[in-house]
Amino acid sequence: MHYVWDFDVVLAFTDFWLKGASITLAYAFGTITGGLIIGVFAGMALLFESRKFPWLGAIVSAPIYGYVQVFRCTPLLVQIVWFYYALPVLWGASMPAWMASGLGLMLYMGAFSSEIFRAGIMSIDKGQWQASRALGMTYSQMMRRIILPQATRRMVPPFVNQSILQLKNTSLLYVVAVPDIMYTGSIIVAETFRPLEVYTSVAIMYFCMLFPLQRFAARMEARRDI
Amino acid sequence: MTSSENGKEAMIQITDLHKYFGNVQAVRGVSIDVNAGDVLFVIGPSGCGKSTTLRCINLLEHPTKGTIQVGEDSHTFGAGHNMPSGRVLARYRTHIGMVFQQFDLFPHMTAIENVMEGPITVLKKSNKEAEATAADLLAKVGLSDKEDSFPTQLSGGQAQRVAIARALAMQPRVMLFDEVTSALDPELVSEVLHVMRQLADEGTTMVVVTHEMSFAREVADHVVMMDAGQFIEQGAAEQILDNPQNARTQSFLARFHGAAEIRGKAGAVLEKEI
Repeated sequence: MHYVWDFDVVLAFTDFWLKGASITLAYAFGTITGGLIIGVFAGMALLFESRKFPWLGAIVSAPIYGYVQVFRCTPLLVQIVWFYYALPVLWGASMPAWMASGLGLMLYMGAFSSEIFRAGIMSIDKGQWQASRALGMTYSQMMRRIILPQATRRMVPPFVNQSILQLKNTSLLYVVAVPDIMYTGSIIVAETFRPLEVYTSVAIMYFCMLFPLQRFAARMEARRDI
Repeated sequence: MTSSENGKEAMIQITDLHKYFGNVQAVRGVSIDVNAGDVLFVIGPSGCGKSTTLRCINLLEHPTKGTIQVGEDSHTFGAGHNMPSGRVLARYRTHIGMVFQQFDLFPHMTAIENVMEGPITVLKKSNKEAEATAADLLAKVGLSDKEDSFPTQLSGGQAQRVAIARALAMQPRVMLFDEVTSALDPELVSEVLHVMRQLADEGTTMVVVTHEMSFAREVADHVVMMDAGQFIEQGAAEQILDNPQNARTQSFLARFHGAAEIRGKAGAVLEKEI
C-alpha cells in the first residue's frame, strides 16, 4: 500500500491544538487537585474512629465508603455520561458539559485518592503508633510528627500513577464535546479526512505529556528510603 | 504515692486487673505493688498475659476491669467507669517510659532526633535543651558516635539502646520493658542488658517482661511467675528462680535451665570444632 504522509494538515491547526492541549492540562490539573482534596477528607472519614462513641465511626465512614465504592466500581465514561445526560432529569436543570465532565473526573480521582491516602496511613507499622502513644503524644501530635511524614512518602508513587491515569482519562471529555486534545483531533479529522496523521499526533501529544511524569514516578518508586 | 506494708512507697499499684480480648480472657485478676526504685520481673510462658499486663500499666491496652495507679495517677476500669479521654491518657503516659521488643524507632529521624522527639513535641522543651539532654542520654547508653545515624544504619542492639534513651528522655517515673532482647541477635543482648542493669542500679523503678532468667536473677528485686493470665507465684528473685514452690513454675524454669545447659554444651562443642 502506498500512503503519502502529510503532517502539514496537522500543523495547519496549531492554534487549535494548543487550545486543546491547554484544556486537557487544565482538566488534568484541576481534577487532580480537587480529587486530592476530596481524597484526603474522604480518606480521613474512612479512618475515623471514636473510642468514646464506637457507632460514630460507622456513621461517618459508611456514606464515604459508599461513594468510594460506587466511583471505583463504575466506569468513568459511564459517570461522565450520567452526570451530563441523567442527572439533569432528576435535577430539572441541565448542567453544562464542562461542569458535568469536570465533576465526574474530580469525584473519580477523589475516590481513588481516598484509597491511596487510607492505605498510606494504614501501611505504617503498628509499632510506630504504639511508640508515639507510649511517649505521651496526643492523636494529632502522633499524626503530624510520626505517621503522616512517613505515610506521605509512601503515598507519592501511587498518587503519581493515579495522576497519569487521570490525565489519560481526560480524553473522555470527547464524549460530551469538551474541546480537549482528543475532541480537537476528531474535529480536525472531520475537516481533513486525515485520521492517520491526526490521531498519530494526538497519541504523540499525550505521550509527550506523560512520559516525563512516568519517568518521575519510576524514580520515586525506586527511591525506597523508608 | 501510697505507703505499702513494708514502709516503702508504692510507685505502681495494680489491683484486680482483668483484660478480655473479645471472649478471650488474657489477664484474670492480677494485683501487685511495685515500690519506688524496685525492679519487678514478670516471667512465664508465651501467651500467659505478661505483655498484656505490662501494656495495661501505661494503658496501651484498656483494662476491662481493675485499678491501675502509677504515682499519683489512678484509673479505675469496669462497669460504671468512663474511659479516660485521649488527652488524659497522653498526659498519663508521659510519666511512663516503655521499650518494645521491635524497638519501634521513628525511621524518618536520626538517633538524636528520636530521643528529642518526646521532650520537644510532648513536653514543649526548647530545641537546645532537648538536644543537650538527648546527647547526654545517648552518651549514657554508649552511642555518642551514632547521634546522626538513622535507625536503619544501627544494629539491633544499638537501636534498642536508642529506644531506651528515647523513653528516658521523658524523665519517666517508671520504665516498662517488654521482651526488649527477644528480637536481638544473641551477641547483641548483653549491651542492652548492660544499660538496663545500670538503670536498675541507679534506682529506676522498672517492670521487666523477659525470658532472660540469668539476668532476672542478677537484677530483679521481685519476680512474679505468670501463667494463664494469673500470677501463680511471686516473691524475692532468689526464692522464685532458685527455689520455686509452684509445680508449674518449677517445670517452666526447668525448661530454661535445660535450654541453657544444652546451649552451653553445644557452645563448648562448637568452640572445640572451630
